[in-house]
Amino acid sequence: MVSFTLNDKRISVDADPATPLLWVIRDHVGLTGTKYGCGAGLCGACTVHINGRAQRSCQTQVSSIEGAKVVTIEGLSPDSSHPLQKAWIAEQVPQCGYCQSGQIMKAAELLAGNPKPNRDQIISHMDGNICRCGTYNRIIAAVERASREG
Amino acid sequence: MTIALKTPEISRRGILAGLGGMSFCLAFGADGIRLVSGAAAATGDAIKVTPWVRVAPDGVITILTPGAEMGQGSMTSLPLILAEEMDADWSKVVLEWAPAEPETYGYQNGNARDMSIVGSRAVMFYFNQLRLAGAQVRKVMVANAAATWGVDAKTLRTEPSVVIDPASGRRLTYGEIAATGKVPAALPDVDKSELKARKDFRLIGKSMPRRDIPLKVNGTAQYAIDVRLPGMVYASALHSPVHGNEPESWNDAEIKALPGVIATVKLPDGIAVVAQSFEQAMGARRTVKAAWKKGKADGFSSVRALDDYVKFNTDPSAKTDMVDQKGDAKAAFAGAAKTYRQDYFSDYSYHAQMEPLNAVARLNEAGDKVEVWDGTQDPGRCRELVARTLGFKTDQVQVNQCLMGGGFGRRSLADYTAEAALVARAVRRPVKLVWTREEDIAHGMFRPQCFQSMEAALDPSGKVVGWRHSVVGDGGMVLLVGGMKIPYYGVPNQSIELRNIAHGVRIKHWRGVAHNFNLFAIETFIDQMAAEQGIDPIAFRFERMGATARTRKVFEAVAQMADWKAKRPDGRALGISISERSGSLAAGVVEISLNRDTGKIRVHKVWLAVDGGIIVQPEAAKANIESGIVYGISNVLHERLTLKDGIVEQTNFHDYNLMRMSDSPEEMNITFLDSDGPPTGLGEIGTPFVMPAVANAFFRLTGKRLYHMPFMADRVTAALKA
Repeated sequence: MVSFTLNDKRISVDADPATPLLWVIRDHVGLTGTKYGCGAGLCGACTVHINGRAQRSCQTQVSSIEGAKVVTIEGLSPDSSHPLQKAWIAEQVPQCGYCQSGQIMKAAELLAGNPKPNRDQIISHMDGNICRCGTYNRIIAAVERASREG
Repeated sequence: MTIALKTPEISRRGILAGLGGMSFCLAFGADGIRLVSGAAAATGDAIKVTPWVRVAPDGVITILTPGAEMGQGSMTSLPLILAEEMDADWSKVVLEWAPAEPETYGYQNGNARDMSIVGSRAVMFYFNQLRLAGAQVRKVMVANAAATWGVDAKTLRTEPSVVIDPASGRRLTYGEIAATGKVPAALPDVDKSELKARKDFRLIGKSMPRRDIPLKVNGTAQYAIDVRLPGMVYASALHSPVHGNEPESWNDAEIKALPGVIATVKLPDGIAVVAQSFEQAMGARRTVKAAWKKGKADGFSSVRALDDYVKFNTDPSAKTDMVDQKGDAKAAFAGAAKTYRQDYFSDYSYHAQMEPLNAVARLNEAGDKVEVWDGTQDPGRCRELVARTLGFKTDQVQVNQCLMGGGFGRRSLADYTAEAALVARAVRRPVKLVWTREEDIAHGMFRPQCFQSMEAALDPSGKVVGWRHSVVGDGGMVLLVGGMKIPYYGVPNQSIELRNIAHGVRIKHWRGVAHNFNLFAIETFIDQMAAEQGIDPIAFRFERMGATARTRKVFEAVAQMADWKAKRPDGRALGISISERSGSLAAGVVEISLNRDTGKIRVHKVWLAVDGGIIVQPEAAKANIESGIVYGISNVLHERLTLKDGIVEQTNFHDYNLMRMSDSPEEMNITFLDSDGPPTGLGEIGTPFVMPAVANAFFRLTGKRLYHMPFMADRVTAALKA
């Protein structure tokens, strides 16, 4: 049994200690906004926050997060009101949308530590997250907008 | 908005009787989609109907959308077309998925009805049908208002969701009309001349936000992989590493002893492992040790096959299919003042949609009905394939459409859905089957590799008067010849041929399909001739290739956009190409730089001038084209798929590289030429020009040519030394 905080709720799950956090979140808990893309830490679709840091949940064993504070896309804001979520809509960023939970969570980490990133900082921070639809330039524009509009 | 995750089985008469408001039903006629009234539908046994537009007394208008959504925006743009002619208040429109019934919801495709969202067809093929359907609903609204007021319907006009009597200033909303209105037994005919003039469009051409986007920023968007059913178990499949081979035996007892494992299920060319959780199924899949029968693809080497293609191209005994023929190519070459010849190669490509292929299936208690949840580009053929696989009739299959985490052509075949249905039947429980990423690539269906031979004959004035294009590969008329025809140029004598070799490797449409490698060969060949003739490549197309008026327009537009003749910064160069796909024509320019130490090409800026007819959703269309451009750049600079001993050599995103943000062009400028023409396809027009434009820019930068795509660093380095 592993206990941790998921989107401000204390939860306990009975899963094999080696189970990737991704599957605990998606299948055991039922929050499906966090996505499976590669299962190898290569694409970033499964990105969540663990104690404020963006982490690949497919590469995180559930046993390693005992007592940790985990935030998924569902917990970023209660009503899509996070500046990044608003900016993502304003810039019409998502296409297929499958990678975008991970993109937004990765970008949220950036803005939390650096509210006014420049373009190069955005690119270097986001470069590990693949978008097969190629929405990269709109992601940059949306992060800049969120930074500007707060 | 609402998107019904599950389309409930409906009693047609029941739903017609039970709904408040007015229900317009859809019937198919020889002339395309036609609405019929609820009354006619309920009594017309021969007519298959389902509610298509519902107007509720509170003014909410429900429109069913047949636009399978993979990020291209069709889910929004198709009902928007109907809403335009209906003069619906778009803010009052909610969307629901249309059921997977092409006989009812399909567009007319030859003699058949088709819901297949492929080949950039959605807006192009549904446009007229949905406009007429929308206009019919509007006409009924107006007729009801006219009857209420006792005036001639011709004197009335509409504003969004309101009928207005200009003489008296009276107004009736569509909701008010729906509360008491009647839908006549025979719906009014609408002639094309009654459709709105372009200047009167309120929605078309105005860029309304896509309806799926808010769901995609907070985790609520439902993909098939997100579907959860009570009692559902999880499956993962291991397919024969050599495509198409049947499993002979596997370590069944060892697998079944693993924690959580429920069953193994033999598939025609693989083994599915079923477990209580997905991680257990995945873990068990990794332990499968199977022996496979031998098949056609055993021993296949993609590198060696390319060499074979070259020989096959000149093998007099090779079966040759004529793709296009004009004039007398043989005579043109015999009498030529100058001839050119060049060979080109192209490797396999993988779709790499971000959502690994998956589906959910559930059979009923009796085992004679199946429901599947699938992100599919073709719900109709998905239903047929699942039915065929289970030995069912199509009406025993219900397809519940889900959003797709990317499609790019891969998802018009629902082989993975048929597998989920087989597994669900075998274990008699609802099953979610998910291929791992490794499986998705190993068992992928690829854009075929191929060889191209190009030849041109020039007359004494330097005009291209003879043209030969031969393609060799696996994929036939379906996957190899698209884009070979060159109607946008005026070469009088042409011979365009295909020589096909089947390898047994799974191949499929891939965004832009054969246009990618065919335009690469055509447009770099033209660029090479222009350079050797000492003529600007645009001028060469105009003066020597007989470019049509439409072709000239797109080139003139892009030349202006990119300031084609202007000097570029040191280390930068431009390349140009035509783009053509699904009725659209475009010309594109890219600006590149090159790291000569690493062989890495970088695309910095892109300009594309597109003639795509009337653009229904300009901003969404631009985003779609940007996506196509990035797809092309990623493909031609980063993505190479090879097979050795019949097995795909790449396994995940560390060795099948997709372009990342740091390589995204700084600028993508897309302009639509003003046009009154019907919409043409836009989902792929952004891709096929990228390959030749980059190669042509590389020549202007280095004086060297690239003949083999993708332009991996080692090939670039080799070209620089050549």
